[in-house]
Amino acid sequence: MSDQALTKVAEPVPTRRRLPSFNPIYLVLLVLIAAIAVKNPQFIEPIQFMNFLKRGAPLAILSAGQVFVLVAGGFDLSVGSLITLTVIGASMLSNNDPNATWWVIALLFLLGVLVGLINGLVVVFLRVPSLIATLGMMITLTGIALFWSGGAPKGYLTDSFRVFGRYNIPGVPGLGILPVALIVLVVVIALLWWLLHRTNLGRLLLAIGDNPRASQLAGVPIERVRIIAFVASALSGTVAGILLGGFSGVSPDAGNGYELQAITAAVLGGAQLLGGRGSVPATVAGAFTLTAIFTLLNFVGLPNPLRSAVQGVILIGAVALAMYRRKRTGK
Amino acid sequence: MKRLIMLAALLSLMLGIGHALAQAAPNFDDPAEFAKQKAELTATPADPNDPIYIQHFGTDMVDTTKFMKPAPWTLCFSNAATDNPWRVVGLKNMQAQVAVDKANIKDFIVTDAGGSDDKQIADINDLLTGKKCDILMIAPNTTAALTPAVEKACAVLPVIVFDRGVTTKCPLSFVHPVGGYGFGIAAADFIAKNVPKGGNVLALRILPGVDVLETRFSAAKHIFADAGLNIVGAEFTGGDNAKTKSIVEDYMQKGKIDAIFMDAGATAVAAIEAFEDAGQPVPVITGEDQQDFLQKWKADKLTAIAPTYPNYVWRTAILASEDVLSGKPIPGPEWVLPQPSITADNLDKFINTSMPPLHYAMCGCEDFPDYPARWK
Repeated sequence: MSDQALTKVAEPVPTRRRLPSFNPIYLVLLVLIAAIAVKNPQFIEPIQFMNFLKRGAPLAILSAGQVFVLVAGGFDLSVGSLITLTVIGASMLSNNDPNATWWVIALLFLLGVLVGLINGLVVVFLRVPSLIATLGMMITLTGIALFWSGGAPKGYLTDSFRVFGRYNIPGVPGLGILPVALIVLVVVIALLWWLLHRTNLGRLLLAIGDNPRASQLAGVPIERVRIIAFVASALSGTVAGILLGGFSGVSPDAGNGYELQAITAAVLGGAQLLGGRGSVPATVAGAFTLTAIFTLLNFVGLPNPLRSAVQGVILIGAVALAMYRRKRTGK
Repeated sequence: MKRLIMLAALLSLMLGIGHALAQAAPNFDDPAEFAKQKAELTATPADPNDPIYIQHFGTDMVDTTKFMKPAPWTLCFSNAATDNPWRVVGLKNMQAQVAVDKANIKDFIVTDAGGSDDKQIADINDLLTGKKCDILMIAPNTTAALTPAVEKACAVLPVIVFDRGVTTKCPLSFVHPVGGYGFGIAAADFIAKNVPKGGNVLALRILPGVDVLETRFSAAKHIFADAGLNIVGAEFTGGDNAKTKSIVEDYMQKGKIDAIFMDAGATAVAAIEAFEDAGQPVPVITGEDQQDFLQKWKADKLTAIAPTYPNYVWRTAILASEDVLSGKPIPGPEWVLPQPSITADNLDKFINTSMPPLHYAMCGCEDFPDYPARWK
């Protein structure tokens, strides 16, 4: 009798609650890639596909950094302008000298740490909501970039600086080319994944986002953990800026709009806007989904006004799917 | 409830699309203006021996004796924005001219509207109520919205409008280069000459809805149609290098590109790099007079042209203002400046590797005493 009861419990119950246990964003991404491949079979050839990954790398890294702030219940709107400042700063600092690359990159990382620290300190100790604190930082950084460059950057980005975002290692067996940006992507994402999903820090971030009061009572060093989240996000902005500057060269508005794209990518990947939930790999898939939508629309060749509309519908649809899944599975 | 929300969302989306389509209505395809600008591209200006920034087409002048005033003057300028390198270089041209004429100019007051119509209307109001200005220069943010403010200013002060236009004839003169059609004609004619019939042209555009940009593309479309060229795509880049490069990469996969047409050259180098990085030859390309493009063109021996929207129009505005206050007649009601293109023949003359990459070579600023330091 008791045996029977046990087996009954262990047996999977076939109800209509059952949905795929993996995150639907991966499915959305696969469908989009398949759609692009149907429109343009060349796309899945190794070289073209590598180029696609290279193009999406800056946003993927930026979004993965953003997840750290999102899961802890905040926003980081300053990363787009940090990208702009990174690109402009690189051109101003290196002053067309290819030997300057290394110390320029070191300085840019310092800048990233500084921006993240200020964001975190303002949010934690001045108790300014992160939306406002980082909005203020966004405006400040844009102003600094404009002031520093006088509106138009004064130098080029040297080839040695642009290696990270632009150069492809040729003749790699099986792949054809291996973009340096892709190596950076893999390393950074692996690091961020490990931090969020395999360390204590990650668990604390999620706990704070889920229930800040409870985690505080449980002894979580809320201040320190929150500040670390902002620093991680800002550093991802620095890396994204270095890659983006490398990919496309100097431009006075390189990072425009990237903060919202990063948040969108994270939400596509199932991150919850008020914290407590989020995943690095799914966010990366979300970022590539955004890049794929853009590419697909280039291939389909819709008239321009329609294109924005379609982009919006795909976005809303993907997020709605994520929400539906969450409701049904409780995940 | 959920269905209702979905329905509402769908409805508002459709309304949005309808609105976007309806906005395409204004006429940016005027055959008479096309013909006029085409003629002006090759016409000889009234005084061909003058420096290029004071040349003009036609002989119509406006009398300004009633505005004559003893120097020194206070010049005022309501600027739409300083949000792109073209406008940055332009403002420096103005400041340089003011510095040269400092004996006659005691003050140069500039307001910057940051790309907002409301702010610029308020700026103009402030300048009028401040009563310091002897003359007002206006670079309007948008045509229709600023017209009433310009009319209001005309009632009080002599007004010079430049860069973008307004729909009133009240300013003493509207200072501008040949125009958007002229830009499009110069670029598209070059492509038509260098690409055989049936060739594929990718049009990279910067923004929708701005008259001087729309006319560039509408002129080009006519020329491509007449030359039997296909426009394989017309994409808005928003002036974003990364987006430009991605668009070009995608179109390269779709099929052969024989030429790139750009209605503004800011991202030309990114477009070129897309071909380089794919190991493909760079096709015929049209850009603009920014140093990074000119230098790339020379270094890679491209088949290219740089039509210009000459930056010296900013300098001309100051010179026109000084003429007005001295009672000298000025070309008007429109002061049409020449709009030369940079071609392979005169490319070397415009390249200056010591200038910033986004400096506009057709600035007409080389004869200032503080050139090039001020522009670096």
